[in-house]
Amino acid sequence: MTNKKFKQNTKDYEFGGGNIAEPPMRKRTRGFLNSKNVVPYVFVSPFIISFLILTLYPTIQAFIMSFQRILPGQVTFIGFQNYERIFNPAFFKALSNTTIYTIATVFVLVLVPLILAILLDSKFVRFKTIFRSALFIPSLTSVVVAGIIFRLFFAESESSIANQMIGLFGFDPVSWQYTGWSGMLLMVLIASWRWMGVNVLYFLAGLQNISKELYESADIDGANIFQKFLYITLPSLKPIMVFVTTISIIGGFRVFEESYVLWEGNSPGNIGLTLVGYLYQQGIQQNDMGFGAAIGVIILLIIFIVSILYLLITGGFKRGDE
Amino acid sequence: MKKLSLLGLLVLMLLILGACGGGDDAETNGGDAEESVVAGADLEDATELSFWTFAGTHADFYADAAEKWNEENPDKAIKLTVGTYPFDQMHNNLLLALQSGSGAPDLADIEIAKFPNFLKGDIQLEPLNDLIEPELESFVEERLDIYAADDIYYGAPTHLGATVVYYNQEIMDEAGVDIDSIKTWDDYVDAGKQVVNTTGKPMTTIPTNWYGIWPFVTQKESDFFNIDGEFTLDNEENIETLEFINSLINEHEIAEIAPGGNYHSEEFYGFMNEEGQASIVIPMYYMKDFVEYMPDLEGKMQIRPMPLAPGSETQSVAMGGTGTAVISQSEHTDLAKEFLYFAKLSKEGNIRLWTELGFDPPRWDVWEEPEVRADNIYYEFFHEDIFDILLTIKDDVAGINLSEYTPDVLSEIDSNIMHNVLREGNQTPEEALKQSADTIRQKMESAN
Repeated sequence: MTNKKFKQNTKDYEFGGGNIAEPPMRKRTRGFLNSKNVVPYVFVSPFIISFLILTLYPTIQAFIMSFQRILPGQVTFIGFQNYERIFNPAFFKALSNTTIYTIATVFVLVLVPLILAILLDSKFVRFKTIFRSALFIPSLTSVVVAGIIFRLFFAESESSIANQMIGLFGFDPVSWQYTGWSGMLLMVLIASWRWMGVNVLYFLAGLQNISKELYESADIDGANIFQKFLYITLPSLKPIMVFVTTISIIGGFRVFEESYVLWEGNSPGNIGLTLVGYLYQQGIQQNDMGFGAAIGVIILLIIFIVSILYLLITGGFKRGDE
Repeated sequence: MKKLSLLGLLVLMLLILGACGGGDDAETNGGDAEESVVAGADLEDATELSFWTFAGTHADFYADAAEKWNEENPDKAIKLTVGTYPFDQMHNNLLLALQSGSGAPDLADIEIAKFPNFLKGDIQLEPLNDLIEPELESFVEERLDIYAADDIYYGAPTHLGATVVYYNQEIMDEAGVDIDSIKTWDDYVDAGKQVVNTTGKPMTTIPTNWYGIWPFVTQKESDFFNIDGEFTLDNEENIETLEFINSLINEHEIAEIAPGGNYHSEEFYGFMNEEGQASIVIPMYYMKDFVEYMPDLEGKMQIRPMPLAPGSETQSVAMGGTGTAVISQSEHTDLAKEFLYFAKLSKEGNIRLWTELGFDPPRWDVWEEPEVRADNIYYEFFHEDIFDILLTIKDDVAGINLSEYTPDVLSEIDSNIMHNVLREGNQTPEEALKQSADTIRQKMESAN
């Protein structure tokens, strides 16, 4: 900012404010902070500061740590050794689990909330507030508590609720937490149950922003309900869908709690091992922080690449008017 | 007035932000223990000591000990704060505190499977040799060695953890088996077949974590690491052992996989309590679980040494456990060590381990003390000769060897070996052990 501009602004301010009784020094500081050039920075500073301290610094530190072996009192630089070890069967198992999980959750957590939101927004549904809060409450619940309930619900014994329910349809009891497909199903279920309400909220907000006039003119043109959905609702919701999909992808690759509450770190046959779970297991539970940091860097890269690809494909980088 | 002080606003926002940050910290880093017990709070000039544990019962035990310490040592009074944290969280926090060099307590309980993590790098725990060595002969040494590295003891044991077999007398009677006739594992298998045929109940269940293999491996005088620290997970004895365990389930069909996958789950407690199985192989400390979670079995359980493996005299193995360590960061290491001796290593401390916690004391010289032989709930629940049995096997208790890679082995056992061999049957014991051993070898090589 130029000195001239600064003075100019201060002057404007002094005329407008007329706070003559205060000492000149203080006036100047205040003027400085209130100037149009500075104010934006002041407002964004809490974010910038927290970003620098809580995100950027740890990221850089993790990057450095990924080249080290870290033990109490002994930190040694070991080059790429951590990275050389990463690509082992457990890591690939974690990667495939996480990818399947991400695809499944994105699928469920975009489609179902979209339908629910449209239902909740329509005039045919009664007690909307109750449904809305009922859908939203799970995201406020502690995932640890939810995990215990899910674990008991899907217990191995024949008398568990889930096994009794499938028993009604003539299926044999399933060892839910010990079989590959059902383990994944449980994780996706917990995630869906937990985040459904939040995504419904996003879509509801999007729906309420669609101008009613569009529907009115469609009515005049004789469009039926499906045409209105296809040509008005869906295109108008596209930005929201892109947004929800992006955060679901990022959330999917970062999955940890859903697996942790079910198996606490060691799942049978690694059916519940996720990338972050692997990081936690190796880095913290087994005190191999350098290796854990290297896994973290890889996860960062994966999320980065996938998100950028997705945003490029859906045009997330273009401005709305282009 | 339009002019709000922006600076004030900014400070306010930062404060809010800071408060949020603080809140998060407390949640993830466990700034607050789930529960904490304080002993000696009302004493003036008491030295403050902090203690982390993961078991509520241990917390009460140490708080009690601190009260007694203060009565006997008014000149060296302590104010002991014992915080109980969830298992994983406590060990993680302690590791991070030691790694970063600050924030650790004066004393901490460290579980056996986690202990090797704390023996890496420059060890941040205080040696306890000056406390233990003068009385070394009174201890079952195998238990002390578990918490040692290079002949330096870092952990005070909580119990001997002698592995025994608990038989359900009612089921055995129904099947017409005399439990004293079971001397070897072959006898055990025969008895098991009889039990399954007459009662339809399994002789035992096998947990899919290390409790389902380590005791048997150790009894065969093998281990995952030998005495010199060499890696032996896939050696001949271990493959044979896993084949034997597999045969119990898949060949002789006298065993099943433990409901819930381990002996410490709600599902298993319920199953056992309803007389779901005839016997269980587990360390002595499980007495407490019986008393607490399986009350219907009162008076029905009989404790016996493990059946013998062919060519081995080992009657029991020291398994499970928790070592209490004095942390080097502490400003009062000497006092903390003295207190630790008083609480857990002394004769009186060992007697209290039995009377208050129901643990088999690691000092065998207290096994015949009148206080230990005095009636308590454990004698009522089980039978009178618990310690006579221990005395007969005291010289035949095998210990385990820990290495810094033991946590990796245990994790492989939990997630791959037992699952693939016993539950899925898609790998032979040899294949599973070799595959896991290769994974760990790879890690060991790259770390050196």
